[in-house]
Formats: sequence, C-alpha cells, structure tokens
Amino acid sequence: MKELKLMKGNEALAEAAILAGCDAYFGYPITPQSEILEYLTQDALQRTGMVVLQAESEIASINMIYGAAGTGKKVMTSSSSPGISLMQEGISYIACAELPCLLVNVVRGGPGLGTIQPSQGDYFQAVKGGGHGDYKMIVIAPSTVQEMVDHVKLGFDLAFKWRNPVMILTDGALGQMMEKVQLPDQLPRSTEDPEWATVGKPKTRERNFITSLHIEPDKMQEVNLHLQRKYRAIEKEEIRCEKFECDDAEIILVAFGLVARICQKAAQLAREKGIKVGVFRPITVYPYPYDELNKLADQVKGFLTVEMNAGQMVEDVRLAVNGKIPVEFLGRMGGIVPTPEEILHKLEEKFVGETV
Amino acid sequence: MNEKTMTEEQHFSEVIAEENICTNDNLVFERTETLIDTPMHYCPGCGHGVAHRLIAEVIDELDIQDKTIGVAPVGCSVFMYNYMNIDMTEAPHGRASACATGIKRVMPDKYVFSYQGDGDLAAIGTGETIHTCNRGENILIVFINNGIYGMTGGQMAPTTLPGMKSTTTPFGRDVSIMGHPLKITELVAQLPGVYYCTRTAVNTPVNVRKAKKAIMNGFKYQELKKGLSFVEIVSNCPSNWKMTPIESNKWMEENMLAFYPLGDLKVPKAEKGE
Repeated sequence: MKELKLMKGNEALAEAAILAGCDAYFGYPITPQSEILEYLTQDALQRTGMVVLQAESEIASINMIYGAAGTGKKVMTSSSSPGISLMQEGISYIACAELPCLLVNVVRGGPGLGTIQPSQGDYFQAVKGGGHGDYKMIVIAPSTVQEMVDHVKLGFDLAFKWRNPVMILTDGALGQMMEKVQLPDQLPRSTEDPEWATVGKPKTRERNFITSLHIEPDKMQEVNLHLQRKYRAIEKEEIRCEKFECDDAEIILVAFGLVARICQKAAQLAREKGIKVGVFRPITVYPYPYDELNKLADQVKGFLTVEMNAGQMVEDVRLAVNGKIPVEFLGRMGGIVPTPEEILHKLEEKFVGETV
Repeated sequence: MNEKTMTEEQHFSEVIAEENICTNDNLVFERTETLIDTPMHYCPGCGHGVAHRLIAEVIDELDIQDKTIGVAPVGCSVFMYNYMNIDMTEAPHGRASACATGIKRVMPDKYVFSYQGDGDLAAIGTGETIHTCNRGENILIVFINNGIYGMTGGQMAPTTLPGMKSTTTPFGRDVSIMGHPLKITELVAQLPGVYYCTRTAVNTPVNVRKAKKAIMNGFKYQELKKGLSFVEIVSNCPSNWKMTPIESNKWMEENMLAFYPLGDLKVPKAEKGE
C-alpha cells in the first residue's frame, strides 16, 4: 500500500497539481485558499519546471489562464468566492473559445465580502453560469481531502477531453482541514501541442486563432448550437454520484461536498433510532444526476436537501423529482456548518411524526 | 498590331500584364507574406492598416512567423486575426497584456506581442498594463493612440486631448470635470521592467520607417530577455474625428503630436547615441 500523508486540503490540492504535471498556475491571494499559491511557490518550479506566477488581480490571473490555455498546456488557477466573481468575464470567454483549464473555488460565505468561513453559496454561480451568455463549466465537488487530490487529475482529464473549463467546487472547511491522503505518482508535463493551440504557425498548417467573437448572427448561433451539443454529450457521459445506504432508505438526504459527510453521520444517527435514511451525493454538480435522483424518488417518501446556503442545489433536486415526492430543505449560511443533530432534527420534523 | 491600334482592354491584358512587368530582374516589392490578402474593415485613411503591415513586414524580415503569437483585444483591432497570418488570441477588453503574459510564460522562447488601443490599454486595462510592464515580461506591446474610442463610435478616451470633442464630450474635454489625458507611455517608461519605450507615428513616410524600426527593436529585444518593449503609435481616426484622412493627419500633427511628442523615452544603454 502506498504511503499515507496527513495534509491540509489546500496543500494536498496544490501537491496534486504538481503531480498531475500541471504546466502553469496563475493566482492571487485570498483567504481561505492562499495556501495553494504559497505551496506552489515553494518548489514546483524546481521539481517539474511548472510556471507559478502571482498575478496582480484575479482578473489578470484568469486572463493569464486564457492566454496560456490557448497554447494547449495544462493550466490552472484557484481563488475563493469574491475572486471567482471577478473572473467571470474571463471564464465566459474561455468557455466560448473552448479552452481546457482547471479552476478551483474554495468557497467562503457571501454575499459581498462576506466571511472567510466555509459556504456553498457559489453553487448557482458555478453550475448555472456566473458569467454572461449560454455556457457551462464541468463542476466537480470533492467531499474529502483525498478527493481534493483525486479531482485535480480528473479535472484536467475532463478539461482536455471536452475542451472545456472545469471547476473544482470546494469550501473553506475542506481547504483548511487536515486528513490522511494517498498521493498519486508524478505525471509528465505537457509534451505535445494540440492542433488547435496558438504556439506559432508553421508553414504546414493554417493559422490558429482563439476567439469568442462571431459578429454574424448565423455564425454565433452555430457556435452556440455546437456548445449546446457538447453540453448534452457531457450530460450523457460524465455524471458522477455516490449513494450511501440508499437501497432500503425511506428518506434520502441529498447533499454535495463536505455536507454529504455530515449527512452520513446524520443518517447513522437516524438508523440508530430506527429511521431508514440514506445519503445521495452528486460528485459532478454539472452535469447533475437528475435521472438517478428521479429513480430514487420512486422508492422513498421524501428528500431532505442540506446545503451551506439559502437553498441552491435544492432547485435541481426539485427539478429531478418533478413533484413526485416532497423535497425539504435545511440550509445554514454565514459560514456555519450544519451539525448531524440538527439535520436529524429537521428530518424528524418533516418526515416523522403523524405521517409515520 | 502596334500599341496605338490596341483597345484599352488589349493594352491592359497584353502590355501591362503582371508577368510582363514583374520579372525576377526588376522585382523590388512583394506582397507581405504575413499580411493576409483580404479587405480590411478599417475606415479609409486609418493608421491601423499601416501599423498591421509594419508588424507583418517585421515578422517576415525576421522570419519568425512560426514563432510568433499575437494578442489583440476589444477595440478596432479586435479583428486583427483576420489580417495577420500568424497564431493569435482575441483577448477581453483591457486584458491583452495579461493574456500575453500567460502565453509568454509557458512558451518563453516564442515571440509574443499585444496590439492595443488607448481605451483598452490606458483605461480599462491600466492595471494589467502597468503590472505587465513592471514585471518586465519579455513581450512587445504595440499601443495605438488615436485619442478616441473608435469601435464604439467616438467616445472620450483616456488620451482624448483637452478641449477635444467626442460623443461623450460634445463641448470638448473639460479637464476640470473629465480629468487630464493620460500619458501612459511616459508613465510606463519609468518602470524598471520596461527595457525599451518609444513613441512613433505612421502619418508620413519618415515616421512609418521609424515606427517599423521601433517594432523591429521590440521583436529583437525579446531574444535578450531583459524586459518589456513598449511602442506607442500615435494614429488618426478620420471617421470619429469627423475629418478627411488628409485633414486628420494634419490635425494629428498639429494637436496630437504637440501633446504626445515623438521620440524615444527609454532605450537600452548600449544603443544610446546610435
């Protein structure tokens, strides 16, 4: 068995970036994710030759990503909520120009300057758009420090498979907490230029240009239709989710990221009291596992969605269920992490009692 | 049949046909390989076309077409990739130098340039401009200063002269309300990361030659990896200045060049006195 290490989430993710053969990281400090930039500035350059640059702003770093991603290299940035808001224009350009890159949002509480404590308040921004126009990022939501590591390689693989920006949507608690992790082997940095990359035009091919500008309406519509076809294919092929004791469950807790683990504890407590509870965790929140949830709705009497926000993913759960069964919601905001006990309490209040 | 009895059509097709005139012996000028043979969208008399051509000529003369990546952001030059036969990226408004930084950092041995207007470089992109210059990125920034927003239809730019009319300063730029024109080239010349900084124009044959030399320097200096080259080209905008091309060049010389004097602001030490 490979060696286990005790690592902080942000540092584990940064180490995973080096090990994944990432070619360049551009970022700007913001709590609670500055450890990623700090970790990478230590010895990433010496180890793999990876470029690590502290930009003057998140606007600059996402545009450095845009330029560097256009060369076909494995590039990434990370930030936290207000910084990710500043990047939205660039993300929209990157999505339209179909450039692969990895973005990490270690979410903190908002709106506004908010708090540096963990939150899931950027779900809408990540999965529904955020920037202007009809585009999608592939969004993966780790729930352990181990997944903070594993999702880096997965993220790069998906980004290049689909020529699309991929976001790891995590939170301040996962970024800051320490857990044991198993690190993967070192992968090489990029060795070949994709045929679409802007690396200098040899005589043997036409010039490549990267643009999201299509002034003719017919052409712009065609670009949009092409993107939508790609998103439909992603929705068919890339859905990832995890079920915990759902087979005999009467009630299912639905949660992503860190909250799904708290829900597992709540489910255990419920089962100790004789209530059959399972947990459903979307790992990809775009594409979203609508069909899986819809199937589960046939076997349970209700879902309780738990999030660290005012109720964002719950809208997708309701879309999936389409009115078949009640979908209740428990949310904490402001950087407060829900406890297993309050989840159990909410579950009993909504689903147990006179109806049982 | 002698020449006198020819019809005009015959004269064109037989006597002054291209193959009769352009022979290997007398060929003094060729189409620039890096400039794509297509009509440009620029207005008649605009300086952009000349500036594009100069960059293309320099790339050809240095034989670096396969090693050059250009970045042109939002503004009149947003379609530059339609005219340059090189790999290019169209950047968001103001972000060309950040984008060029990303490209150059992952491919330090390639030639990278950005081509930006005054609104892009000196208003919305001021932060990126200053920090890219200050980091001493080994790229060339070509800065087209025509004192106005061309693409959006003639609004006030950061470089609009005091008293100059635009669609958002219909009575002339009042510096007590709108602030002063920003001499960003003088500003970045102060930064240690800038290796070469000069202001040129493309309104006369002499100035065109000087501008080409400056662009040539900007590409050559990238090999030295000693910092950023910044070449301002003061240009005209006949359409939005509401002048004929000839009037606009005259107005430019009398007004723009009086405020933005041509010449080097920073040259590498060894080059001084050349």
